[in-house]
Amino acid sequence: MKLLTHNMLTSKAIKGVQTGFPLNIVVKKTKTVETEFSSEFIQRMLPKLDWPAFLKAAQTLGVGSQLPDSPPTETTDETVLRSIHHALVEVEVIEGELICPETERKFPISNGIPNMLLNEDEI
Amino acid sequence: MARRPEYQAPPEIFYNESEAKKYSQNSRIIGIQSEMSERALELLALPEDAEGLFLLDIGCGSGLSGESISEQGHHWIGMDISAAMLEVAIDREVRGDLIMADMGDGVPFRAGTFDGAISISALQWLCNVDKSYHHPVKRLAKFFSGLYAALSRGSRAVFQFYPESGDQVDLITQQAMKAGFTGGLVIDYPNSAKAKKMFLVLFTGGQQRLPSALGTENEVNHAQFTKREKVRTRNSKNVKSRVEWIKEKKERRRKQGKEAKPDTKYTGRRRAGHGF
Repeated sequence: MKLLTHNMLTSKAIKGVQTGFPLNIVVKKTKTVETEFSSEFIQRMLPKLDWPAFLKAAQTLGVGSQLPDSPPTETTDETVLRSIHHALVEVEVIEGELICPETERKFPISNGIPNMLLNEDEI
Repeated sequence: MARRPEYQAPPEIFYNESEAKKYSQNSRIIGIQSEMSERALELLALPEDAEGLFLLDIGCGSGLSGESISEQGHHWIGMDISAAMLEVAIDREVRGDLIMADMGDGVPFRAGTFDGAISISALQWLCNVDKSYHHPVKRLAKFFSGLYAALSRGSRAVFQFYPESGDQVDLITQQAMKAGFTGGLVIDYPNSAKAKKMFLVLFTGGQQRLPSALGTENEVNHAQFTKREKVRTRNSKNVKSRVEWIKEKKERRRKQGKEAKPDTKYTGRRRAGHGF
């Protein structure tokens, strides 16, 4: 699971959960996969990102040190965009857990895939 | 006719290791799947110059449809209920990110996340009752309202699906309209049993023109009246000439989306030395 996905993922499908965002991350294993850098894509995603949630998640994964405290505006240089790209789509959580902020429900991540399936009493 | 997979087992059980294997090895399945994904992407009508859009693939399975998205330079997240299919996707090293979720539980993403959504052969599974607490109408409603929220305004969602009956189509479209979508069905090659493909094209932003289907160029919506041909009594076998028969047959094939050579002055022409 990439942090880009984490930044969009919610647990609002659970009955009674209002926003279900951001999900807390418990990291057991991560992997870095280099991908092609596209400043266009990063700039397109910036307004959609929830910056505080992204920053917190990046710090949990230990890649948040080079990220600015507030979302950069359009005129930022490439090094900042590259560090955002690295944290957003290159670092993946392979094993771990996602935890719903409201119900403490745990969603296991195995082999890089978060399991968001719900039980009968949760829907 | 082969039994529909929906009758055999719930999706998370039907798409087991051996079934999932087919989606990475069987070239016929791979061919059909990628052809349908390309058509779905075409119907999605993303702006041509835009690159790096963010799409959702519902029922992504082994990521065959996602590959078509990646080829066009877009990013995607795939959701599927089958662990075995997702394993295959991981093995194939697809470029999109994957999550395991049931589409009937809703779409677990923040509002306005995606610039579009595609889904290949997944929607009909929602009409099934696989567990005692499943209620198709409620699951469809939850899915469509969740999807409506997760899409950005003005974007589209395209579903290729295999409805079991007209009632099922009505049920699905009704729930989609209730969730706020507009749009409708696009049926490619409606005259062919095999090549016929159904696409549900949904818009989030107001009424737009539905794209036209393939293989329906000569289709007329109202009934056509033609003069009845005089029945020839002398030689009833020769009611249609050879040329007419060939041309009609070729036209039929074209309507079914099959290959047919163009009509020229040589079509059905008598060959030299074969005087009848």
